[in-house]
Amino acid sequence: MHDTLLNRRNFIKKMAIMSAMTAAATMFPGIIFADEQEKNLPEGGDLEWKKGPCRFCGVGCGVLIGVDKGKAVAVKGDPNSSVNKGLLCVKGYHQIMCIQAEDRLTHALVKKNGKYVQTPLNEALDIVANKMKETMDKHGKDAVAMYTSGQSTIPEGYVASKLMKGAIGTNNLDCNARLCMASAVTGFLTTFGADEPMGCYEDIDHADYFITWGNNMAEMHPVLFSRMLEEKNRRGAKIIDFATRTTRSSMASDRSILFEPQTDLAVANAICYEIINNGWVNKAFVENHVNFSKGLTNMGYGLEDNYAFTDKPTKIDFEDYKAFLEDYTPEKVAKYSKVSVKDIKFLAHVYGDPNTKVVSYWCMGMNQHTRGTWINNLVYNIHLLTGKISQPGNGPFSLTGQPSACGTAREVGTFTHKLPHGVVTNAKDRALAAKIWKVPVERIPSKPTYHATEMFRAVDRGDIKFIWTQATNPLVSLPKTSRYRPGMEKESCFVVVSDVFPTPTSDVADVILPASWHIEKSGLYGNSERRTQHWDKMVDGPGETTPDAWMFIEVAKRMGYGDLFPYSRENHVEEIFNEYRQFHEGAKHGMAPLEVLKRESGVIWPYVDGKSTQWRFNSKYDPACDPKKDFDFYGKPDGRAVIWQRPYEPAPEVPDSEYPFWLNTGRVIEHWHTGSMTRRIPVLHKAMPHAYVELHPDDAARLGIVNGEKLKVTSRRGSCVLPASINERGLPTKGQVFVPFFDENMLINDVTLDAFCPISKEPDYKKCAVKVEKA
Amino acid sequence: MPIKSYLAYPQDGKKDVLISELLNISYCDVIPSENEDLIIVVTETENQKQDDTLKATIEGLDSLKLLAMVSGFNTPKN
Repeated sequence: MHDTLLNRRNFIKKMAIMSAMTAAATMFPGIIFADEQEKNLPEGGDLEWKKGPCRFCGVGCGVLIGVDKGKAVAVKGDPNSSVNKGLLCVKGYHQIMCIQAEDRLTHALVKKNGKYVQTPLNEALDIVANKMKETMDKHGKDAVAMYTSGQSTIPEGYVASKLMKGAIGTNNLDCNARLCMASAVTGFLTTFGADEPMGCYEDIDHADYFITWGNNMAEMHPVLFSRMLEEKNRRGAKIIDFATRTTRSSMASDRSILFEPQTDLAVANAICYEIINNGWVNKAFVENHVNFSKGLTNMGYGLEDNYAFTDKPTKIDFEDYKAFLEDYTPEKVAKYSKVSVKDIKFLAHVYGDPNTKVVSYWCMGMNQHTRGTWINNLVYNIHLLTGKISQPGNGPFSLTGQPSACGTAREVGTFTHKLPHGVVTNAKDRALAAKIWKVPVERIPSKPTYHATEMFRAVDRGDIKFIWTQATNPLVSLPKTSRYRPGMEKESCFVVVSDVFPTPTSDVADVILPASWHIEKSGLYGNSERRTQHWDKMVDGPGETTPDAWMFIEVAKRMGYGDLFPYSRENHVEEIFNEYRQFHEGAKHGMAPLEVLKRESGVIWPYVDGKSTQWRFNSKYDPACDPKKDFDFYGKPDGRAVIWQRPYEPAPEVPDSEYPFWLNTGRVIEHWHTGSMTRRIPVLHKAMPHAYVELHPDDAARLGIVNGEKLKVTSRRGSCVLPASINERGLPTKGQVFVPFFDENMLINDVTLDAFCPISKEPDYKKCAVKVEKA
Repeated sequence: MPIKSYLAYPQDGKKDVLISELLNISYCDVIPSENEDLIIVVTETENQKQDDTLKATIEGLDSLKLLAMVSGFNTPKN
């Protein structure tokens, strides 16, 4: 009895400490309590600290995992990592606690007569290979599809691409990074001809101003925000939060400027108008390094199945562009953006002042946007007009959400249109892939097929009859799950789900494969600043858990492609990476050799002559530049970046009398995306046990709603019941509600709209029209 | 038997003083942050009266700027 009581008191005390640590972490992102962590270590244990990247967001913090007797028992920030310098956020700090969750998938499960039956992994992989082959034989190779993840490792993404595009010969491969940063990719490619940010996190140490565009970094990229706060306190750097909702980032900023959803397009143009009007254009930079173009407008929103769009760029000149901006004077834009003329002029002045260094940060707010490519282009326009780019403390910086959205999804290329180098539509890129993969070049199709949303529409239509998802949970994360869940449940499609924990997606699977978690396998991730990070396997996984890459290889062998996958189980990560690295040889994207990656806490590419390139396109730092030029945007044939004429266009669905509120969705600091990992970490789950709907206090008062009251949020597509949250975590503007999407019991994506950017095909989760009623 | 956790904010430049003063108080665990001016304080007392006294003692420290309670639990005596 005494022991039980003591245990209970110890547990309660532990919970009290954890609650305080969580509260502290939300107020001071990156705060560390190393003493407490050390106290929890086993006494007399022979602890070994092993380095790797954090499992969660795209910041890519370095972690040290304490391993004792084959078990992971502690986590701390890696002081040698220049990303986080020893800091971690609350998720990173507790990450290993999910491994031992009671419902961990430890063995393969095969659905037989409506029930899941534990099955030896070899037998389950036989079933997967046979079903995939049988489907291809019966319906053609484009009847099978794979949907992977920005959480897949580089070798996993590489093997998936090689299997689908090189071995099978279908481009039916896409990934969940389509949902989070495809607009960043198309933004980079259209403006610079080369993907990924030109700068690095060291920009934080140099910038005078940080302008965040629709980006709640305090919760989503807390360690970077912590570094920004440090610069704010240390040397007076300023943070300007430009957003549609007041968040913890707004509260910690020097200035919070709110705008009406979708009008960021107009405000960005107004900033450019002001820069030109006030003579703040860096004329030499623009004359030497910039072209001007316009594209098609009124593109639609991708709401219909089989929607297709191809932009047609036309060259214009500076005077055309200047005339176009006449529609975007601060006075005109203030009327519909709800941003004051004063604030627009303030933003323009910050960017235009030649004596200030400015970094722009953004993530989902700009990317999950029906004009996501355009708004990315428009922020680049601001930096190109002022020449504030590719220099320490000056530059546009697109942050990623997932740990290897850059390394795997973008660089390996697990999108339908991508190859490990270049795109499927380019004959030279196909030839290079065919040569390295040792396959006939004609086997790699030259046309992209299904992007994420269209892939699940094809499942619903019955066009795709076999789909294999890996490290992702689309039936929580897709927009309009009210359509795609019933689609995945149809008998017409055989569903294979490879994951670590059961999810609403694995609930509809015919075969569930037990995947190894992050530290139970070796791997490589690539973060937002082009940093490739390697880690060695640290602990054994339970049961028959197996790395996804190896499961792909086993299935490939069973399908008769064994000669293309000659890797060994023990060293497949190393063998695959060395093969993959050939795709990026050269000064523009050279990757560090594995022995360097094993030694260092991550290395930024391009890695040339033993040195990372921190600022691309600037001859002072980037050996790939033409040395005769000060800047060289070598992604474009003429070395010039493009300023795009992109107009403001409204969102596809706006509030009206029937559905009077904007719905904005997003994340919270405690949970990683759909919560399949973090909801299994007790301290995080207790800190944020369920989703909620935030309302403005005036809207709540008008509707007679009190905090915690159950509300039904309804759109034209579906509804979701959640408790009201008023004046708690965040504060939406009047006429807007916000719901986090991590909670599988409150599926807000049943309500969202599957409209997407016609160029990037990335859905807009930030804007649709809903009504709110008492449930 | 209350167990409570607090965030204690020191006066400017007084973090080390506050840590040292808190460590001298019984029924009180102290977990300082390594990189911020913030200290977690966990109290474990026998009864409500003792808890109230302890809280008043902590709040009386000159080096303390603000004491914010995060969680409070009460466990049965037996």
